Amino acid sequence: MEVFDRDRLAMLVQPDRVHRSVYADPAIFELEMERLFGRAWLILGHQSQVKAPGDYFTTRMGREPVVVVNNGSDIKVLINRCAHRGAMVCAEGTGNTERFVCPYHGWSYDRAGELKAVPFGSGYRQETLKNLQLKPVPRVGNYRGFLFASLSPDGESLEDFLGEAKSSFDDFVDRAPGGELEVAGGVFKHAYDGNWKLMLENHLDGAHPAWVHASSVAVARNAPEPGKPGEEHYYDIAVRQMRQNGAPESVWENTGIWATARGHGYMGDYHDDSRLVVGMGNPVFEEYRNRLIEKTGPAEADRILRVTLWNTVIYPNCSFMSQFRQLRIIHPVAVDRSLVYTYSFRMKNAPERLFRDTIAFSNVVNGTASWVLTDDLEVYERIQKGFESGAVEWAQIGRGHGRDVQEPGALRGATGTSEVYIRAQMRAWLDYMTR
Amino acid sequence: MSVEQFLYREARLLDEQRLEEWLALFAEDATYWVPLEQGQQDPVSTSSIIYDDRTLLELRVKQARHPRAHARLPLARTLHQVGNVVVSKEASGELTVHSSLILVEFRAEKQRTWGALVEHRLRAEGASYRIARKRIDLVNSEAALEGIAILF
Repeated sequence: MEVFDRDRLAMLVQPDRVHRSVYADPAIFELEMERLFGRAWLILGHQSQVKAPGDYFTTRMGREPVVVVNNGSDIKVLINRCAHRGAMVCAEGTGNTERFVCPYHGWSYDRAGELKAVPFGSGYRQETLKNLQLKPVPRVGNYRGFLFASLSPDGESLEDFLGEAKSSFDDFVDRAPGGELEVAGGVFKHAYDGNWKLMLENHLDGAHPAWVHASSVAVARNAPEPGKPGEEHYYDIAVRQMRQNGAPESVWENTGIWATARGHGYMGDYHDDSRLVVGMGNPVFEEYRNRLIEKTGPAEADRILRVTLWNTVIYPNCSFMSQFRQLRIIHPVAVDRSLVYTYSFRMKNAPERLFRDTIAFSNVVNGTASWVLTDDLEVYERIQKGFESGAVEWAQIGRGHGRDVQEPGALRGATGTSEVYIRAQMRAWLDYMTR
Repeated sequence: MSVEQFLYREARLLDEQRLEEWLALFAEDATYWVPLEQGQQDPVSTSSIIYDDRTLLELRVKQARHPRAHARLPLARTLHQVGNVVVSKEASGELTVHSSLILVEFRAEKQRTWGALVEHRLRAEGASYRIARKRIDLVNSEAALEGIAILF
């Protein structure tokens, strides 16, 4: 009998509680790499990272090292492993190349992964060499500039996978007056000793900021008041956000929270600080709005700017904030170790000041030494230590259970702090793991 | 006071967690910068691990004292070892001081070692100095790092 058959896994993930082993058992992690990260569409980055033919960047899909490369006609995702002796062909990083040349014996591959040259090649059977390549990842997709791939040759389309969560990417892109985004301003990389799921669960948790972020809320309340329009401090955008984390319970309860069948989720409508989102009266914002109106017309610009989406989670490896142009990709390393890459985006044809705000926000809120992120990381590590205890078996995910509301394409939590998003993530988890 | 003595005293204040006294070494117009990228020139269009003016630096110190600053309770124990001090005088009369920093950090059963090239801009004030600018280039700034809740 298989150790983790369907019945056993279904016992671990119940409607309103989850067994600790889902976060702490190395055998379950191994199974996740195969069945979940080996099947789902995973976000890899953005097409602006590989603009020109030959541009490439390295990343990971679960634990698979891959190279994402512009092949001229399309974008390829190649397993970064030489067919010969297994070395990573491409050093980690970014660049532009005609050929990927293995540092070990000089085997070289073109941008499509085809094997082009083999030193001492006459020693091999030619029919063996003919079948060797940098293995391409079977499915690659692009939704509005965001690059995805799946290690599985079959499965649903990217659009079906995203479902209603497409609207969050639409919001992200539609806000750019040039209709395009680009990755810019450096990449934060941080690590924590905890399971990958802990970050995705935290990012839609409206009940945690008042507790986890109490110290940054208190400090932000003592910060200088935001500068007058046109005279803002560098850090105003971040201070506003930190103050907002201390919003009263009623604000959080009235926030919208939605979850899809694939475990994606998004929250919106909680900001009562209108300047944070729309910045009316601010000359930079007015210039931005005018540029958007030039591109889309006033009605469409108004529709775009009234969207107040907050965090979106794309299960199982991405979280982003379209309002602040921040996107995080999580890389599971071990059952108790995760890496997170945080990207900032510049909106084409928007005033440069808005990008500076994105950078300030990234530094103070999402950066590795931020006042906010560091407290989240502390809590993830404490949860992991707690889940490693065998004395208590279950974790509760029942807030709002039984009161979720089915809306077209998504379940909505009865209140903004409903744990509907964790329940949806866990249902998606069980589906991947038992398919 | 010699420049070396000033840097040693600054390090001592951090290691004894006398953060408010450390903060008082900074001029009102000071900046405290830990770049994200090697050789980074631009603090406003590229992210930084820390890019604080005097106001943000003060708030950072206040956060460290908050009773529910989870990642800072307790504050990490640190040892700042300053060396290789090279002083040059600027036309303005201020001093540019390059030094190297080896830092040992311990908290919550984890010990980390940091290495950094440090640049101070010092302004003479009475018998001592005030810090007009401090830049800390960590050798591993571009690595995947665990959360940073210390001051360099």
